[in-house]
Amino acid sequence: MNVVFYISAGIAVVSTLMVITRLNAVHALIYLIISLLAMAVIFYTLGAPFAAALEIIIYAGAIMVLFVFVVMMLNLGPATLEQERRWLRPKMWLGPSLLAGVLLAELIYMLARVHPSAGGKMVGTKLLGLTLFGPYLLGVELASLLLLAGLVGAYHLGLRPPPQSHREGE
Amino acid sequence: MRLVKCGVDMLELLWLIPALPFAGFVVLALAGGRLSRSAAAVVGAGSVGLSAIVMVLVAFEFLGTPPPHQMYSQTIWIWLRVGSFAPAIAFYLDSLSLVMIFVITFVGFLIHLYSTEFMIDDEGYSRFFAYMNLFVGSMLTLVLADNLLLLYLGWEGVGLCSYLLIGFWYTEPANGYAARKAFVVTRVGDAAMAVGLYLLFTRLDTLQIQDLMTRAAHAWPAGSALPVAAALLLLGGAVGKSAQLPLQTWLPDAMAGPTPVSALIHAATMVTAGVYLIARTHVLFTLAPAVMAVVAIVGAVTLLLAGFSGLTQWDIKRVLAYSTISQIGYMFLALGVGAWTAGIFHFMIHAFFKALLFLGAGSIIIVLDHEHNMFKMGGLRRQLPVTFWTFLAGAGALSAVPLITSGFYSKDLIIWQSYASTKGSVWLWLAGVVGALLTSMYTFRMVFITFFGPPHAQADHRPGFRINLPLVVLAVLSLAAGFINLPASLGNLPLFSDFLHSALPPASILPAKAGYEGLLALISSVVSVLGIFIIYLFTMRYRRLTEKLANSSVGGVLHRFWLAGWRFDRLYDRLVVRPYVWLARIDKDDVVDLFFDGIAWVNRMGWRALSFSQSGHLRWYAAGMAIGAAVFMGMVVFL
Amino acid sequence: MAAVPVSHGLILAGILFMLGLSGVLVRRNIIFILFCIEIMLNAAGLAFIVAGSRWESADGQVMFIFILCMAAAEVSVGLALVLQLYRSMRTLDADAASEMRG
Repeated sequence: MNVVFYISAGIAVVSTLMVITRLNAVHALIYLIISLLAMAVIFYTLGAPFAAALEIIIYAGAIMVLFVFVVMMLNLGPATLEQERRWLRPKMWLGPSLLAGVLLAELIYMLARVHPSAGGKMVGTKLLGLTLFGPYLLGVELASLLLLAGLVGAYHLGLRPPPQSHREGE
Repeated sequence: MRLVKCGVDMLELLWLIPALPFAGFVVLALAGGRLSRSAAAVVGAGSVGLSAIVMVLVAFEFLGTPPPHQMYSQTIWIWLRVGSFAPAIAFYLDSLSLVMIFVITFVGFLIHLYSTEFMIDDEGYSRFFAYMNLFVGSMLTLVLADNLLLLYLGWEGVGLCSYLLIGFWYTEPANGYAARKAFVVTRVGDAAMAVGLYLLFTRLDTLQIQDLMTRAAHAWPAGSALPVAAALLLLGGAVGKSAQLPLQTWLPDAMAGPTPVSALIHAATMVTAGVYLIARTHVLFTLAPAVMAVVAIVGAVTLLLAGFSGLTQWDIKRVLAYSTISQIGYMFLALGVGAWTAGIFHFMIHAFFKALLFLGAGSIIIVLDHEHNMFKMGGLRRQLPVTFWTFLAGAGALSAVPLITSGFYSKDLIIWQSYASTKGSVWLWLAGVVGALLTSMYTFRMVFITFFGPPHAQADHRPGFRINLPLVVLAVLSLAAGFINLPASLGNLPLFSDFLHSALPPASILPAKAGYEGLLALISSVVSVLGIFIIYLFTMRYRRLTEKLANSSVGGVLHRFWLAGWRFDRLYDRLVVRPYVWLARIDKDDVVDLFFDGIAWVNRMGWRALSFSQSGHLRWYAAGMAIGAAVFMGMVVFL
Repeated sequence: MAAVPVSHGLILAGILFMLGLSGVLVRRNIIFILFCIEIMLNAAGLAFIVAGSRWESADGQVMFIFILCMAAAEVSVGLALVLQLYRSMRTLDADAASEMRG
């Protein structure tokens, strides 16, 4: 299982890299979905099958589809591609990569001293269900409130403004 | 002798005496604008009149059945309490303060009555009476105060009222300048006095006057540094308020105020506050003989200085101002040689005739439509007979015309004791005699130029009853009041001195000189009459000779020098005012503020720099967060 | 299931997170910025799963579920905002929405 972990890790990293460097939005989306699928495999190797399933169903299946809808709705044409090409000069990458690199270095420095191992036992759905509706019950309720708020907010923000009334024309 | 048989002890009404004028002030300050002229006059003059009536009742009680030790103390409330220091609003009545309140309320009432007619055409009628009442209340607080803190309160109060009243006609800038000058010059004295109070309090732990005197007598040996310092500082305050050398420059300019103000404040009462202070704290001064010598010398020099200046003035009120400075010099001379009762006697007599002279001058001024220049008057004795005769009585008292005027008895007492006292000297006596000569000269110069000779101006109306009555009353007092204290060679009836001996020690006379009293009295009489005669010659007979003398080179220089009050104003201007104004100008923006302005400037610069970082770009802010995270993690990891 | 060292899992999460961060900082198109935010959220979820697996408890997965819910709500609201922005400014340039400067 070790090997599976490292292979999927590699795939995830490569496809994430592709996401952030593509010019076409739909291409980037596809690469992102691949990255998420690789992540799901990683979850499974770490003994979290339910999380893996959720990753695919909700993350890749719902959230990414939402992205696809919006990108299609926006109907960005070749002009956008040209714009992206102008914006993504190689020298733009210098600052952010430096910054991210510094942070990564610090993180690895801190983590290198940690030695325990993970992924020995599988944590099943039943245990997950008991934990979720046991000690974390309040969190579940709050999450549902959050989703409700998101729903209402998205509905209102997505409304088209009402057409101008003709009274002002005179 | 109980005039009124009732349950209340009259002495308990003592607190009403200062309280009534204060009440008058409050009423006029709050409602004055809406009161009619007569209502304002009734409140203003009535409050002082009522205070005078209470004073009479208290005086009868005090004289008839004197309280134990001839002193009565009444505490109204404790002002403040800090540790062991608890000064009270308390009034102290003994023979000295009784004399003072008699003069203040009685002469004050007459002046208020006079002002009800004098100020009748003025717009600030009720404001005037409000200020006058506040003044009378503060002055009464000053003389009745049981402790030095309350005295200082009254002291400051009268200083404030003096400022307000000198600058009463505030629309004229010169009046405001004169008021400020008076305030600032007396402030110098007040600061010295405050330091003196601190010294007394920190050393003797009390400011209650009687306590202070006994503690000082026990704790401080005579002539040591501390009583000298304290007495010198108190003298500084007295010199400022009483317009003696070196702080005498404010009084001639204070004549810019209305004439009743000059009469009340700058003749009868406020300027004598210094005399009262020294008399009250006489124990302290006797512990510092060096300072008493200074007091006497200051008095002697000032009376001569002011005498010469008075001889050259053309403004009738300025003559009287210099005369006041000179006469207070006599009082200081008396206090300096230890003749305490003589000084207070002269104070009382001076209050009568000086107020009379000022009120008389005021009645002339008002009928001649605010003309102050004596040389534009003349021949007024036929036009204003009442004013003439009363003015003559006052002038006679001022010149100490022998035997018939009260001024003779009071001034002669001082001159005699400046020779004969253990602290006196022949030089002080000589100064007093020369001063008396000068006094009668400038006084009768004023009388002759104003009332005799060809008339240059026409009086447009005769003054009324409310002006004439105070003049007549004061004239009677100027002539008769001296008889209560006849010296040894002329009847030996020292009623007044004996009365004051319960509060002030008698003057100690050197036995060797005691016999000269009659001779010296004769010399003083001759001198005063001689002065009148000399000036008669100069002003009435040999006019052209006088003018030639005044215009000659030496005469002209002297005349201008004395006219400008010995050029003290110019001296102080060069010495004090100009450097101060220069300093104020170069520090116009206040160097100290640079530090605080600097803080604000750094703040603004920082804001300007930081506002560039608010670009509005989303990614810029995200980058900021990332940089912050990197820094923090770095700190955690590496530090 | 063979065990994987925790540090490796966390380092993987870190790498993915940094990639997402640099994406946010570089790209100007708002849609791409939202992609990269999703990447970062996912990486955080991975870290949680790794930790839960190390302690052999379900808490990590619970946290991951919460992150998922949050991401869903955030994406829906965010995309609605993007649509509004596009309607009013006719462009998807993140730098164009900078009226709160200064």
